[in-house]
Amino acid sequence: MAEAKTLDIRNLSIGVGEHSVVDGVDFSIGQREIVALVGESGSGKSLTALSIMGLLSGSVRQTDGTATLEGEQLDLGNDTAMQKLRGTSLSMIFQEPVASLNPLLSVGAQVAESLIVHGRATKADAWDRAVGMLRDVGIPAPEQRARQLPSELSGGMCQRVMIASALIAEPRLLIADEPTTALDVTIQAQILHLMRRLRDETDTSVLIITHDMGVVASVADRVCVMYGGRIVEQAEVHELFAAPRHPYTKLLLATIPRMDGARKTELFSISGMVPDVSAWPEGCRFRTRCPLATDHCASRPPLEPVGEGNDHVTACWHSDKVEGLA
Amino acid sequence: MSEPLLSVKGLKVHFPVATGKLFGEKPVVRAVDGVDFTLNKGETLGIVGESGCGKSTTGNAILGLAPVTEGAIHFDGRNVAALTGRERQALWRDLQVVFQDPVSALDPKRTIGQSIAEPLAIHGVGKADRRARVDELMELVGLRAGQRDRYPNELSGGQRQRVVIARALALEPRVVICDEAVSALDVSIQSQVLNLLLRLQRDLGLSYLFISHDLSVVRHIADRIAVMYLGTVVEEAPTDALFARPLHPYTEALLSAVPIPDPRAERAKTARPLQGDVPNPMEMPPGCPFVARCPLREAGCDVIRPAPVEVAPGHRLACHVREREITGASALDTTG
Ligand SMILES: Nc1ncnc2c1ncn2[C@@H]1O[C@H](COP(=O)(O)OP(=O)(O)OP(=O)(O)O)[C@@H](O)[C@H]1O
Ligand SMILES: Nc1ncnc2c1ncn2[C@@H]1O[C@H](COP(=O)(O)OP(=O)(O)OP(=O)(O)O)[C@@H](O)[C@H]1O
Ligand code: SF4
Ligand code: SF4
Ligand SMILES: [Mg+2]
Ligand SMILES: [Mg+2]
Repeated sequence: MAEAKTLDIRNLSIGVGEHSVVDGVDFSIGQREIVALVGESGSGKSLTALSIMGLLSGSVRQTDGTATLEGEQLDLGNDTAMQKLRGTSLSMIFQEPVASLNPLLSVGAQVAESLIVHGRATKADAWDRAVGMLRDVGIPAPEQRARQLPSELSGGMCQRVMIASALIAEPRLLIADEPTTALDVTIQAQILHLMRRLRDETDTSVLIITHDMGVVASVADRVCVMYGGRIVEQAEVHELFAAPRHPYTKLLLATIPRMDGARKTELFSISGMVPDVSAWPEGCRFRTRCPLATDHCASRPPLEPVGEGNDHVTACWHSDKVEGLA
Repeated sequence: MSEPLLSVKGLKVHFPVATGKLFGEKPVVRAVDGVDFTLNKGETLGIVGESGCGKSTTGNAILGLAPVTEGAIHFDGRNVAALTGRERQALWRDLQVVFQDPVSALDPKRTIGQSIAEPLAIHGVGKADRRARVDELMELVGLRAGQRDRYPNELSGGQRQRVVIARALALEPRVVICDEAVSALDVSIQSQVLNLLLRLQRDLGLSYLFISHDLSVVRHIADRIAVMYLGTVVEEAPTDALFARPLHPYTEALLSAVPIPDPRAERAKTARPLQGDVPNPMEMPPGCPFVARCPLREAGCDVIRPAPVEVAPGHRLACHVREREITGASALDTTG
């Protein structure tokens, strides 16, 4: 192995009370790599991200696993240690921007905050850089906007404020949880461009969580697919779209509303619901909804390479039959 | 055609901006600056447009949650500004909203069952009926009955949004304003919710004002689409017409920026992203709001504001240059 991975996660497991919500997740992100994490709502994407940031709280606990950042082991449970990294080496764009912003503090001050807290800039300098960052994320009249409160900005502007406060730190790893959900597509394109630029200019690696497969197709180098708290498939982006080898991935791709499909008709959706965390089936967790399930699926399928090389992995006993799945 | 269920005419919403200075001219944000549209029974009007262009504020003004600076809103033929307290109550029942941000929409101290039951309780539905109705609503939106005693912070983002949708549907409203209602949902749940919205529309004749930046979703659900830019509607057309032949240069830019869910096709795209700065809504240019970024602009676009013109049945457009291409003349020629 050459250079250390920017992030390496091994066997990450997270529990809520006595239930397991994230179960033995392994993945890594190389230097300058953009990895997309996709998967059904409730599959554990945000909790995985929050645990890497050391931000799990309340009844949610990491129960197993390790994480290293550029070869250094992270002490995820140690808040003082993690706090030093947050806003410097690690930063995160949270899902639900309005709720993540402080309603009483001007947005400019919130963007400048990490620079000041970590002593990386004087107050005046941090303010100027915050205004510049707000301009970079496409906020018009940033000098005036910086003085406003989150409640005076639109939803998409708040989201861009969050993005600006994460990018200003020039982190080693940026975690972006649904960063563009509230943005129109022209601003979205601008933000995705900004992420690529950050990657190119500061060698930042990016973990992007999104349910928008168009965004994945646009920026990701590699894709991890989660279902039921586990990674069920991982592949290079072109490979994943062209030849998914897990039934969930295949059905997920079939669900995307098409720009050329019939309108106002019933859209395809994966039947059934994700079971509650307290009621996972034994073995493969997709078993209750999988059209290919057999008795064999009552035992857990390992995440194993498919095809040539080791880059494309999937956890399915019948991955050879996925191609024929409509 | 009968009278529209909802009509918005000449709507303006301006917000004052704090400058920190005591004296001098107080700037305003022209969040909504002259918007007209109608919504018929059983119809879906999609509203798309640049972030910050006034979509949510338009919805909020209809709901009485944003101050109307100018213009009129009629619901069921009646001016909502002139309603009495009791009439307003009835209006609330008929007009529901699903907001963009599910976290702030839910009370963290209430279980999700309590949140969904709240509008039912306010409108006097008995306790036993309430419980059954909550179960029914939760099932409708794809939540499990076992989750009714959970608190919002114990749910994922997408699960919370479904709670908000269930609550909005509780009173069987006639119009639902969906403000980025499905943006936070993963595609499978999103399809289920869209199927649900379409089914309710078919069965109950619901009307939707559907605000979203996801054009594939809007295309699927909307009968007509209004494209907003900086507080104004720059184009409005039946959905098929808009996608087949977008006329306004902003609409064109918007459609070509939609990411294609196929890495090969997406990365081969040649359309250039929009150049130029979004204007400051505190210092609106006198002419066309899109002028700073418009690839088609001509002399005069920056001083004469294009008025919406019907260029084809149901297809309204506010652009001098495209208007001239279609009709042979525009305000640029007569005045300029
Ligand atoms: N604080 C909490 N207490 C109890 N359960 C929780 C808590 N936070 C999350 N969960 C549960 O853990 C599971 C994973 O949640 P997570 O937020 O990681 O999902 P997600 O994949 O990010 O989903 P979405 O796409 O909807 O955001 C969900 O079933 C959720 O209900
Ligand atoms: N309470 C308020 N006080 C001051 N300005 C406001 C207020 N609410 C909205 N605005 C401003 O009005 C404009 C329109 O905001 P609005 O929320 O309607 O945009 P939007 O089209 O919904 O955008 P998005 O797609 O980002 O949600 C923005 O410039 C915003 O900053
Ligand atoms: S292991 Fe079985 S149930 Fe699981 S995805 Fe594969 S075929 Fe379906
Ligand atoms: S009126 Fe002029 S500036 Fe405005 S969209 Fe049309 S061509 Fe462009
Ligand atoms: Mg999440
Ligand atoms: Mg909005």
